[in-house]
Order: sequence, then structure tokens, then C-alpha cells
Amino acid sequence: MNLTLKIWRQKNANSKGEIVEYPISDISPDISFLEMLDVLNSQLIPAGEEPVAFDHDCREGICGSCSLYINGEAHGPDRRVTTCQLHMRKFKDGDTIFIEPFRANAFPVVKDLVVDRSAFDRIQQAGGFISINTSGNTQDGNAIPISKHAADEAMDAATCIGCGACVASCKNSSAMLFVGAKVSQYALLPQGQVEAADRVQNMVAQMDLEGFGNCTNTGACEVECPKGISLENIARMNRELVKASLKG
Amino acid sequence: MSGFLKSSIGRKIAMALSAFFLMVFILQHFAINILSVFNPDLFNEASHFMGNNPLVQFVLQPVLIFGVIFHFVMGFVLEFKNKASRNVSYAVNNGNANSTWMSRNMIYSGGFILIFLVIHFIDFWIPEINTKYVLGDSSGLLADGSDYRYFVELQHKFIPLWRVLLYCAGFVFLSLHLLHGFSSAFQSVGANNKYTQALKGFGKAYAVLIPLGFIVIALFHFFNNSH
Amino acid sequence: MALDSKIPQGPLADKWTNHKNKIDLVNPANKRSIDVIVVGTGLAGGSAAATLAELGYNVKAFCFQDSPRRAHSIAAQGGINAAKNYQGDGDSTYRLFYDTVKGGDYRSREANVYRLAEVSTNIIDQCVAQGVPFARDYGGLLDNRSFGGVLVSRTFYAKGQTGQQLLLGAYSAMNRQIGRGKIKMYNRHEMLDVVIVDGKARGIITRNLITGEIERHSAHAVVLGSGGYGNVFYLSTNAMGSNVTAAWKAHKRGAYFANPCYTQIHPTCIPVSGDHQSKLTLMSESLRNDGRIWVPKKLEDAKAVQNKTLKPTAIAEEDRDYFLERRYPAFGNLVPRDVASRAAKERCDAGFGVNATGEAVFLDFASAIIRYGKEQAHVKGLDENDESLVNKLGKEVVKSKYGNLFQMYEKIVDENPYETPMMIYPAVHYTMGGIWVDYNLQTTVPGLYAVGEANFSDHGANRLGASALMQGLADGYFVLPYTIGDYLSDDIRTGPITTDSKEFEEAEENVRKQIDSFINNKGTKPVDYFHKRLGKIMWNKCGMARNEKELKEAIEEISALREEFYKEVLVPGEANEFNEELAKAGRVADFLELGELFAKDALVREESAGGHFREEHQTKDGEAQRRKEFQFVSAWEYKGAPKDAILHKETLEYENIEVKERSYK
Repeated sequence: MNLTLKIWRQKNANSKGEIVEYPISDISPDISFLEMLDVLNSQLIPAGEEPVAFDHDCREGICGSCSLYINGEAHGPDRRVTTCQLHMRKFKDGDTIFIEPFRANAFPVVKDLVVDRSAFDRIQQAGGFISINTSGNTQDGNAIPISKHAADEAMDAATCIGCGACVASCKNSSAMLFVGAKVSQYALLPQGQVEAADRVQNMVAQMDLEGFGNCTNTGACEVECPKGISLENIARMNRELVKASLKG
Repeated sequence: MSGFLKSSIGRKIAMALSAFFLMVFILQHFAINILSVFNPDLFNEASHFMGNNPLVQFVLQPVLIFGVIFHFVMGFVLEFKNKASRNVSYAVNNGNANSTWMSRNMIYSGGFILIFLVIHFIDFWIPEINTKYVLGDSSGLLADGSDYRYFVELQHKFIPLWRVLLYCAGFVFLSLHLLHGFSSAFQSVGANNKYTQALKGFGKAYAVLIPLGFIVIALFHFFNNSH
Repeated sequence: MALDSKIPQGPLADKWTNHKNKIDLVNPANKRSIDVIVVGTGLAGGSAAATLAELGYNVKAFCFQDSPRRAHSIAAQGGINAAKNYQGDGDSTYRLFYDTVKGGDYRSREANVYRLAEVSTNIIDQCVAQGVPFARDYGGLLDNRSFGGVLVSRTFYAKGQTGQQLLLGAYSAMNRQIGRGKIKMYNRHEMLDVVIVDGKARGIITRNLITGEIERHSAHAVVLGSGGYGNVFYLSTNAMGSNVTAAWKAHKRGAYFANPCYTQIHPTCIPVSGDHQSKLTLMSESLRNDGRIWVPKKLEDAKAVQNKTLKPTAIAEEDRDYFLERRYPAFGNLVPRDVASRAAKERCDAGFGVNATGEAVFLDFASAIIRYGKEQAHVKGLDENDESLVNKLGKEVVKSKYGNLFQMYEKIVDENPYETPMMIYPAVHYTMGGIWVDYNLQTTVPGLYAVGEANFSDHGANRLGASALMQGLADGYFVLPYTIGDYLSDDIRTGPITTDSKEFEEAEENVRKQIDSFINNKGTKPVDYFHKRLGKIMWNKCGMARNEKELKEAIEEISALREEFYKEVLVPGEANEFNEELAKAGRVADFLELGELFAKDALVREESAGGHFREEHQTKDGEAQRRKEFQFVSAWEYKGAPKDAILHKETLEYENIEVKERSYK
């Protein structure tokens, strides 16, 4: 395949970026999108140009490192995949592909397509945990039975990889799917009940502080989420916050 | 609680609650208006009741006005804040791939509804308030005292074509607004469960049928007048 | 220096308890004045950092990723073992210990493995308390599945994402401590050297991967949880960033490197598809619970499948060779990984491979779909003989068990594994070798510790499935936090460690020199060019089967490649900016040294054991042949070039387990 790539290039956080065009040829439809970028970089480096910087690590869709806004969609046109699992067979010969970083003020660009998503870490630090110290004598794992339904639902919420596609796709740069998923995981489990009120209030407060926008229920996040995290989690978070606020 | 209302989610829920109130109001408004098509007398009586009942006038009406203003102001505030959370926009953004046009453009449908509302207030509400509270005429009767004035005034308003078209356009935007807004309000207050799909269907029906009904009323009077 | 493994005296089952009772503790007030550096935030590093902070130490944690949550432990799929015996199928601490030692082909340290089995049950309890959503059965109790190499069901799991959930558990524990200010987290920082002051590890030098800044960090002890070195093969199931640099720098500063040649080649990976492939994707071993592995019986069928003129589903049952079931009737498709991998290689080498390159075998779920389908039809009172119904019900069951894996396979290969058998081939997955540690997880450098895959301790020559997560968390949550106290109890009066010493200066200078030399080299070829070539040498000559001749060639070739690398490598950009090529250059430089030591270790180990298979040493059935005289750990001391490394032997004693021929027949 021959393609025209239009890639956002930005030297560092403080410089102004721009879209730069790169033609690329002989791309096998069986390679992944990031491997296509590897090919581009392997051509740029010997030509004395700076390679395109992008985040990536596991390349099997679980670490959440890779991002990229491809032709106007987070993780590209395919569904339920991260960019690293997106394959070139989803594109046609002669296509022009726009590649931009995930955009949100809360995700400042570090370089080219690399953004800083540490806001997510800080939200979790505000309360995304159960306060339990490590000890050799925690109660037995089977001491509290948890219904399969609740365990499965908690797992579905916990499957979030923290990639930020929800924020990138949202017209409001809202992080509610991410926060909702984490709040939900603990809200659904008996272990999470003790701190439930503080958790949701603290995490939402931190989310607001980080400068994410508000949710207007467009549902774009759910569609673009590579792990299919459901909007139900946002609804649950909203309920949890009301409950917590009523408790005072 | 003050912390709750400052939080993003608190504001979102407040938007939803005002939306619920407005949706109930629209239903009520529609129920009375449709009477004008079938039974002008009944319409007149209902209008007179609404216009002179102290509970409606001095409790519900202020609440409604507050609800309307709140919904608009909060809507604009949130929109501007949300816009401001992304300073650099995408060169290419394929919103249609993941969301409906309606959901992304609530500010425009809402904005048009606001323009419509202003005209609607000038058309009906301000004259009404003027008659009752400035001129002090609470009789609800026509100048010659032969009948209630409400139905006649209504007919009169739908003579000019420009107004009929404007009203129809207003209702189209109301429909677009509701097509997203109805189910969105439920999602905002945390109602997302096994009934959600059914509720979405109901919401779509509401969003299409009620504005369509208003359009029918407007057209009905327009065509009746011209004959 | 003689190796002292510091294994406590006394009966095996009491060693750990007695040891914990005897070691020195640090009182809570003093812990506040002690700093500990943890490098790596995977299961081992992350859990260690969290626990040390809970205990009261000041922890500085480092990871090269943009968040601790992205460490490669997250990619572990199948599960975590624990001797809970919830299934009542005869499991016990001893049996887990026994299975692990046997699975490791009698090349691991008894006392360590027993301790691992002992604390395994605590891990599950701890993780459940943290909110890890393990799979539950309909009664609300924890569910188990079985894994290769064992006869009990002791593997706990969270869908096919157990590593992710356990890591997020450790990450949440870390977050709590970061929020409290007890952990200072340094994301996007890469450790480039260990600083030794007066013979003790007292800090590290790091590079900020965003700004390029070189930083000095001091502490009273340094813990390495930096993972394995499978990426020395270029293509592996490791993450792109996984590297040996932290461990290798420690090695260069005096930590012995143990058993580098013990590498696990995982049998169920998606086969290599082309030249631009950047990594290999693992399909969880749990698939072997239900999938049957086969190749065509007839060579002509195999050829036809390779040319795509014959569909695998068209091959009759009697023309299929279920080679694992044939060779190992007792364990069947659930033989340990090393055995399964070699058996697949043997068939493919004989020409029976099933993809275009001839390097793939089938993993078939057709019979599982029918079995589950009939079961479901029976349960629901439907017609068990209705083929399409049975098929539909069966697929639903398989989907609920492995749906995410099937989906991943389909996305990558573009074939529907519900309809046509999956194709798999072995790939480098895990490295059992690593930094040598004693019973306390301390390396040969005082104050320098290694946990998880970075150390060598528990898996011997082959690791059983679902044991990596177990070891990482055991080390981090339950072992290191105790044993490090014994060392730190001498440091309560030391006070803060200055970074202004000549040792820090010298280490920083070294790091800067290397970076400058890369930037100024202006060669002709990018880093990946060398990494790929190194990978090819490793895979062809130090891979699933090794022999003396090729290993000797490998040593020469790697050494020559290293020279070429330093002459010809081209690193674009500047030192003081975000520069991934520069980071990669440093990592590949270390791989080029490790690779040679790897080959040398494999050459010296003239036996076959677990993942290390020497063609000269096999039984007449083609199984691995251990040799009594090699019942030791090879611990290598750095002396300049890898060829000059000095071998130290730690003899392995088996007092509680009979060393037998490892048979899964």
C-alpha cells in the first residue's frame, strides 16, 4: 500500500507544532499501525530527520501506552482495539491518514504524538484504592462471598487500561468514563464500601482540578474505548456522588 | 452540598433535574395547546385557569422561569468551560463515528430554542403579563366581553407565515434537543440499567411526537385562519 | 568471593518462620529516616514500593513508562497460582513447592521455592482485600483453572487479564502511598547506573526521559524490580521497552548474574508474520485447557496447508497428529511450556508446520466447542444431537472463557478462531535467569536487592504457568519488606546519603560519557538494525535448541556485532530532550553484552535442563537430559568483556525432594 501520512510534529511542550506530510510506500496490510510508524522512522533516521515520537510499550493492547488520534478517531477506525492492535488492512491503498496526539488541556503534548497523562495517576492517588496494608494475615479470600454477577461487573469496569481515549474522543475532554470505571470497580465490591463516599468525592474533585471538561453524555467515549467500558459506569459514579453528598 | 453543586457531576445533575422539570412543563403546555385544535372552549377555560390560579401564577410560574433561566445559563456556562478544556483542536475529527449530531450540538439546538423562546415570550407572555398585572384586567375576556380572549389571540398570532415557520423551526430544534436530552438527563442522574433501552425508545418517541404535535397545532391555526 | 545463599537452618517448612523471627527489625521512628529506591513498578517493584512505604520507609520509585500502571506485568494473562486447595483436589504448600521444583527441572533453590509456596496463599487474600476482581463461581467463591505441568486446579484468574488486575492492585496500593507522600514517584525515568559507596549500594543515576536531565538519587538501599531480558531476542512477548539495563548496570557494579541462558520459550504465541514485526503476542497458556494442539499426520497434507490449498478443517480426524497427547498421555496438552515448545519445534523442523513459513502448529477448539455444547444442551434440556445448536452453545461457553483472547487473535491474524483452528508457535517469553540473590533477595552487592523476574531465584530452568505473578508479588509484598529490614537495621544512624560524593560524580560522568558518545557517533545505521541482528543470532543459535558449535559461533558473532554497533550506530537528536532512539541505544548496548554472556553460559552448561536444551544431551526419545554434575547455579562475575566473566557455582542441595527424571508421560 502507498499512503500519505499527515502527522503532528511538535519539538517539545513549549514549542508550536504543525502537521507535516510524509508519503510512505510498500506498506504490507498485515503489519500493525505502529509497525507502519516504525517503518517511517526507519526511513527518517538515515535521512537525517528526527523520528516521530509516539508512546507505545506492550503492543498487545493492554498497557495503555499507545494513543494516537487517527483520521479523527482515538485509536483509529477499528473498534475495541488500541492503536498497537490496529492493522493496516483497515486502510486502503492511496489513503491519506491524519495522525494527531490525544488532545486535552489536561493531557499536554510532550513531543510529537506523546502526551502527558499523569493527570490520570493523580486522580487515582486521590482515592482510587482500598486502604489496606500488606500483612500476612488478611482475612481469607473466600471469607466474603461475592456474587458472580458483581464480580464480573467489577471486572468489566476494572478492565480499563487508562489510555485516555475517552478524554481524547470526548468533545468536552471529559475523563468521566475513566473515573467512573474506577469508582465502579470498588463500588461494586464489598471491600470498597467502607471508603466509598470519600473515594468518589475525592476522585471527582481531583478530576475537576485537573481541568477535564464535564460530561454531556454524547457516548463517544464508550464507542471509542478499546476495552468497551460501558457508560453505565458514569451513571453509577453519578449515583455514588449523590449518595456521598447526601451523607454529608 | 455546596461542594456537590460546584463539582462537575453536581452541575450535570442539576442540568438534568432542570431538564426533567422542563420536559414535564412542555408536556403540560402541549396538553393545553392541543385543546385549541379540538375544543376552543375547553382551551379557553384551561388557559384562564392557568392564568389566574395563584398557585400556578405565583409558585409554579417563578419556578418555571427560574428553571428555564438556570437551564440556559448553566448550559452555556458548561459549554464554555468544556470548550476551554481543549485549547488546541483536532485537524480532523470524525465525531459522526462515535456520537450523534444531536448530542454534540446541544448548544446550537439550545441556542435556537432560546431565540424562539424570546420571541415566544414577546408574543404571548409579555402581553399576558401586561394585560393582567399592568393594566389590571384579569377577566380573561375579549374587549367586547363576548367570550374568553385566549383562543382568538392564539388564532391571531398564527396568521403571519413568518411566525408559523419560525415556530416550526423552533420545534424542530426542540426535537433535536430532546432526542439527546431526554435519555441524557436520565443517564446524568444515574439511571442506567436494564430499563435504559426501553427508556431510550420512549425518549425518542417523546422527542419526536411532542414537537410534532406543536407543529401540527401551529399549522392547524395557520390554515384555518387563511380560509 | 564465595557465594553464600544464607539459607536458614532447620526443617524446610519452618525456615521462613524461624528466619522472620530472628532477623533484625527497624523501629517505626527510625524507618522515617531511611530511604529506599525501587527501580521498576511491575508486580514485584510496585508491591515492594507500596509495602515498604506502608512500613514507614521513604520510598523513591522509578519507572521508564509514563505511569507505574504500564509495567509489563500488566500483560500477563492466565492467572496466579496459590496453594489454597479451595477445589479440594489434594493441593498443598508442599505440592506447589514440589511442582515448582520439578517444573523447574531441579535447578531452583529448595528453600526459596518452599517459601514462595508458603506465602502464595497470603497473596490471594491480600489481593482480594485490595479489590482485585478475581473470577468467582456462582456460589460467590473464588474460581480456579488448571495450568500446564500440574495435576491440580490452583490458578486464580481475572478473565484473561490477571496480570493487569494484580498490577492495578499493586498500583492502587502505591497510589495510596504516593498520595500520603511516602512514595515519591518518578515516571519516565530510566536508571542508568547503581552507585556504590564503601561497598554498599547507595543510590542510582537516572535519566529523565522527557528532558534528558541526568539525575542523582541516593538511598540506604536499592531494590531492582526491573523485569527480565527476553528482548535480547528482539522478537519476544516482552514490551518494546523491556530491557536489561538496570540489571546489567548492577552486574557491572558487582552483582553476579545467574543462569542467563535459562529462557522460557512459550508455546502458544501468534506466529511471526513478516519482516517488520516488532513483537510477538502471547495467547494465554490457559487456552491449552481446552485447545488441542496438532499438525497434519501426512507430509503432503502439511504442504497443502502451507500453500493454502487445503483447509485445516478438511483434514480428517485420523489424519491429524495430536503430538502432545501422543507423546505425553498423562499431561497431554498441558505439559510444561518447555516440553510443549520443543515438541512443536520438532514437528515443524520435520516439515509438518502449518503456515507459509512452516513455523506454526494448530491449536484447535472444535472438540471443546462440541463438548461444552453438549454439556449446555444437557443442562438446558435441549437436544444434544442437534449439531448447530450444540455448536452455538459450545461457542458461547468458549467465548465466555476466552473471548478476549479470541478477539485479540482475530484482530491480529484476521481469521476467526471459532471457525478455523488458531495457529501458534513458540516465542521468547520469560527469563528464569537474572541477578543472583541470596535467601534475603540481596545480590552480591550489599544493600542491592533484586525482586521478581529480575532475580533468578525461584523457577530454576523452567517456570510453570501462573507462577511469575506469584513470585513477583511474593517477593514484593511478603519477602523483601521483611528481609531488607535486617540490612537496614544497621543504617538507622547513617543519616541522609549525600549525592555529592566522588562515587556519584564518577557514576554520573560515566553515564554522560556514554550518552555523548552515542549522540556524537553519527554512524550509518539505526539502533533497531543492530537489535534485529542480535535477535536473529540469539534465536537461531541460542534458542529452543543449542549446540556447542553454534554457541561458539554466537559468541563470536555477538562480539563482532557489538564492535560494529559502537562504530556504526546512528542516534539522531540531542541528549537533553525526549529521545527514544537514545534510550534504545543504551538498552541495546547492554543487550549486546548480555547476549554474549548468555551464549557463554549456555555453552558452559553441558546438559539439558528445562528451557535450556543442548542437542548433545538428550535421551533417545528426544527429552532433555540433566546431568548430576551440573546441579548448580551459574553465577557470573563481571570482569570487563563478557568473555572474561568468572563463573561461580552455587551447588543446589535437594533434601526434601527426590531428584528424578522429569517425566510428563
